Amino acid sequence: MLPSSALAAAGTDGVNGVALTVFVLFFIAVTVMGFLAARWRKAEQSASLDEWGLGGRSFGTWVTWFLLGGDLYTAYTFVAVPAAIYAAGASGFFAVPYTILVYPMIFTFLPRLWSVSHKHGYVTTSDFVRGRFGSKGLSLAVALTGILATMPYIALQLVGIQAVLDVMGVGGGENTNWFVKDLPLLIAFAVLAAYTYSSGLRAPALIAFVKDGLIYLVIAVAIIYIPIKLGGFDAIFHAAGKAFAEPGPTGKPRGELASGPNSQWAYATLALGSALALFMYPHSITATLSSRSRNVIRRNTTILPLYSLMLGFLALLGFMAIKAGTETHGNAQLAIPQLFEDMFPSWFSGVAFAAIGIGALVPAAIMSIAAANLFTRNVYKDFLRPGATPEQEHKVAKLVSLLVKVGALVFVLSMDKTVAINFQLLGGIWILQTMPSLVGGLFTRWFHRWALLAGWAVGMVYGTLAAYGVASPTQAHFGGSSAEIPGIGQIGYIGLTAFVLNVVVTVVLTVVLRALKAPDGIDETSPGDYTADAGDKGVTPDLPPATADVPAGR
Amino acid sequence: MTEHDGTPTSRQVVTPTRVVAGLCLIAPFVAMLWVGSYAKIEPTLIGIPFFYWYQMLWVLISTALTMIAYKLVQRENRARKGGAAT
Repeated sequence: MLPSSALAAAGTDGVNGVALTVFVLFFIAVTVMGFLAARWRKAEQSASLDEWGLGGRSFGTWVTWFLLGGDLYTAYTFVAVPAAIYAAGASGFFAVPYTILVYPMIFTFLPRLWSVSHKHGYVTTSDFVRGRFGSKGLSLAVALTGILATMPYIALQLVGIQAVLDVMGVGGGENTNWFVKDLPLLIAFAVLAAYTYSSGLRAPALIAFVKDGLIYLVIAVAIIYIPIKLGGFDAIFHAAGKAFAEPGPTGKPRGELASGPNSQWAYATLALGSALALFMYPHSITATLSSRSRNVIRRNTTILPLYSLMLGFLALLGFMAIKAGTETHGNAQLAIPQLFEDMFPSWFSGVAFAAIGIGALVPAAIMSIAAANLFTRNVYKDFLRPGATPEQEHKVAKLVSLLVKVGALVFVLSMDKTVAINFQLLGGIWILQTMPSLVGGLFTRWFHRWALLAGWAVGMVYGTLAAYGVASPTQAHFGGSSAEIPGIGQIGYIGLTAFVLNVVVTVVLTVVLRALKAPDGIDETSPGDYTADAGDKGVTPDLPPATADVPAGR
Repeated sequence: MTEHDGTPTSRQVVTPTRVVAGLCLIAPFVAMLWVGSYAKIEPTLIGIPFFYWYQMLWVLISTALTMIAYKLVQRENRARKGGAAT
């Protein structure tokens, strides 16, 4: 019915040669950049975690903007958000209020975390929790939660690359040998692992320029070009409204164009809970701590929303896929890559696929670095080798970054995709449970370390059990992230319910423990540390001087 | 910020500037979490239902509000440091 459908048919069956060539060219360019990044703004003494794992803590406003944007808006986001819209309509759009709420929130606490981390040389959130509450146990709980939540997130980045490879026709059919089928993914993975190992955080920081440039270009073109081809937004939403009214797998309508009265609690709690969770993730914090000054963070909260706008436009592509009749073979995740292939000329599909593919590499690299930092500082140094030198830390972190990625790869290749998605969903619920320790600790020391640990445990157990109990038409367990909120009776995000439970337990136990005069840990921070800025006394001298803010393309 | 010129050394926690900045930061939460206020199709904008364009409009509004909060806090911090360098 569309002029391009013949081409699309050819594309799904065979390899799309032009698109693949463009994709490979971008991939090679990015690989070269990744290795060269090691020399970018290099400090004199480079074998330390500050250098490898935080890019020397030297990034200015723009580098941080690209790095954080490249980090938070992942390939999986680009695939999954429009896919959710394509599948069910309005409920998938929660990603937009979610990313709106993130920035006013982090404006209040992230500068404090930056200051105290800079003053005391903290590399991870667990470092801070240990320093603030004097509790290695609590710090270990935060670190393990972070690692556990990050692993499936990395796996999902590989799923994102897989979706693109599938649509390009190089994912292999059902009958091909597993090795041939997964070879492209293995190559992409090996390249990613190699330059992360050699360049550390500088590699994704540099590649993020390319990634975000491509993404903005592709979205801008798509949001203008595709509606014109499909007869305007009126036609698109008319078709979507009709499609959603038809019964889905449960017999009820498949979706809705605006949140109905029964889904508004779920929509709001999902947006709020996800917003609270985002900056608890280790990779968000790694990108934050790599910035040069306190003001860089504050300034970034005012320019990062540009990405949210882009995300909103991207989400609308899900409706366009409905109108275009995109064939997904039952896998909604293919909706956007397939829409691109059907709509765009081959060469531009290649650009779009490269955007998604590179969009997976940047966060995957940062996530593996963040997980490696956590392991090195809060497991290896705190428990296994207390006397580790900076060189040893550096070496261990590099190795762990490899291990984490191999783990994610094994995960993706050996298990069904839905397992990775389930774990990612659980990861969001889990990571939210570290918030009382981290954000609470940034503002007050009233919470008792044992109460925080107990609250964390209750939140983790409740969240996991509640998620286990959610069934969907295709799965008996872990079918979604929303369940009835006890006492309110509305459907809401499990993570937020668990979080409220966590806070209640923490507060009640703190009151009890304080009454019993349970011993407090030693607090190594002082109130002034939380507002210290670069240039203040004792904040910068031991760090390498930041060079001028030179962007990429050298 | 003029209110603090008299007491540059005292570390007041609640100042009028901070209250305004706080309101700027809270407003997006009220607007976005009150889903019932925007869960409707009409009025559409170039064919896009209200539900979608209203939330995207809030990306811009909340950006502006965060920017105001940033300027206010920055100005207050400068005043507090007694107009020192930076």
